Amino acid sequence: MIGGLRNFSLRLLLILAVLAVWEGFVRLFDVPAFILPRPSNVFLALYRGTVSTMYLEHLRVTLLETLIGFAVGSGLALALGTVVALSRRTEYFLYPFIVMFQAMPKVALAPIIIVWFGLGLTSKVVTAALVAFFPLLVNTIVGLRSADEDRVSLMRSLAASRWQIFWMLQLPNAMPYIFAGLEIAMIFSLLGAIVAELVGAESGLGMLIQSMNFTMDVAGQFSVLLILSAVGLALNGIVTAIRRRVLFWDVSQKAADIPGAKATKGGVP
Amino acid sequence: MQELSSVALAAAARDVISVRHLSKDYGEGPNAIAALRDIDLTVGDGEFVAIVGPSGCGKSTLLKILAGLLPATGTAMLNGTPVSGPRRDIGMVFQSPVLFPWRTVLDNALLPVDVQQLGRDRMVERAKSLIALVGLSGFGHRYPWELSGGMQQRVALVRALIHDPALLLMDEPFGALDALTRESMNVELQRIWLDRRKTVVFVTHSTSEAVFLADRVMVMTARPGRIGDVLKIDLPRPRTLDVMTGETFGAYVRRIRAGLNAGGGIE
Repeated sequence: MIGGLRNFSLRLLLILAVLAVWEGFVRLFDVPAFILPRPSNVFLALYRGTVSTMYLEHLRVTLLETLIGFAVGSGLALALGTVVALSRRTEYFLYPFIVMFQAMPKVALAPIIIVWFGLGLTSKVVTAALVAFFPLLVNTIVGLRSADEDRVSLMRSLAASRWQIFWMLQLPNAMPYIFAGLEIAMIFSLLGAIVAELVGAESGLGMLIQSMNFTMDVAGQFSVLLILSAVGLALNGIVTAIRRRVLFWDVSQKAADIPGAKATKGGVP
Repeated sequence: MQELSSVALAAAARDVISVRHLSKDYGEGPNAIAALRDIDLTVGDGEFVAIVGPSGCGKSTLLKILAGLLPATGTAMLNGTPVSGPRRDIGMVFQSPVLFPWRTVLDNALLPVDVQQLGRDRMVERAKSLIALVGLSGFGHRYPWELSGGMQQRVALVRALIHDPALLLMDEPFGALDALTRESMNVELQRIWLDRRKTVVFVTHSTSEAVFLADRVMVMTARPGRIGDVLKIDLPRPRTLDVMTGETFGAYVRRIRAGLNAGGGIE
């Protein structure tokens, strides 16, 4: 059986063993710190950066960019997705743009966005929003259109208006798709913010990685990567927790909990 | 236009459904497929009519036309007014329960109340008594996925009755259930019908289900769908499952089979 205290300790032991082998390997072969730092130095860097509140300030900036970008990108995706899903005409005219942007790696736009919007918060928010936008747009369209034909017939047989069909059937029915899109959008906006910071920024964890790279502080970079993993996990955890509450009725949601089982329908970030 | 005699007018006034020369084609021009041809049909107030036919004979199409979900040529009158679109005085039950998983049993039952803004406060008690009538007392706050298929179909029946429609349209409502559940649902439906006396049009491809439930059985033939034989079922109510093994019952079933075979049979 998987799980249980015994297996959990074994798992913990394995992680410690990997760290020990890593530490031993670096010490034994005198691997230069700018190639591969010792894990002990990574944790030391993490400790120092946190205690001096330097990391916290950069974390605050990156989080702010990510969350505003997520809110803007998701808001626009939900709005445009709804319009496209409800109007075939709008879809017809917007389709070429959507297809082109979906296939394009949106992060490649980051340098231009920095030129347009400067080194501050705005360019990061725009990049994050742009990257978060497409997966949710596609999921919203697919979700709103996925209403079962019999359910639509039922609503129509009750003389429901188009708005009633939207609010009482299409929207709740689309929620599993929308939440799958929101989960991707959350992670993608962090990705977008970091990429934009790497390209050019005054603060933020991405900028911190970039400046540590110039001083060959690889241990420091690893420590920032650890923070970014934790941030990604936390942001995803928040969306997942909300999804579980809202979609208690979605019998298929267990499948969505399996990492990797979730289809990224939004194309390239 | 033929002039209607006063007798025919009086009869039409009592009929909940009055259909004349109804035809339906899918597609247009030379490629059009004739789904229904020249259907004449009247259903009296409180009458239970079953339509039996092979798959693809257009019986579901006929129900959709009566519900105002599909346009057709000819006339279809419901309570004296022509059917020109969806209307509020119809209750529909489909082959699958078509419940909304995000709504509780009670909220699913109240869907027509929400759509037609009939006032929840006024209707909750009615919903609860109907839920009790179909034997689901205590399940009001459960969700559809917590119920069996038969129980879900009972909720669908409550939903179809909640707004007190003039007409109940049932499209193979028990087709997806196992044989035993189906028989007990037939008994249940008869009990509820005797209690409420709704006008019912019940589409099925089960001959025994049709004979067991209906006052009249119409046999439809396929491609294009036409109404062939019409049988009045003279069996006393309430009918029990024992009636199904009787000689009269068997005779009705044989005659419907003959009508189906004459029209190309069941595929």
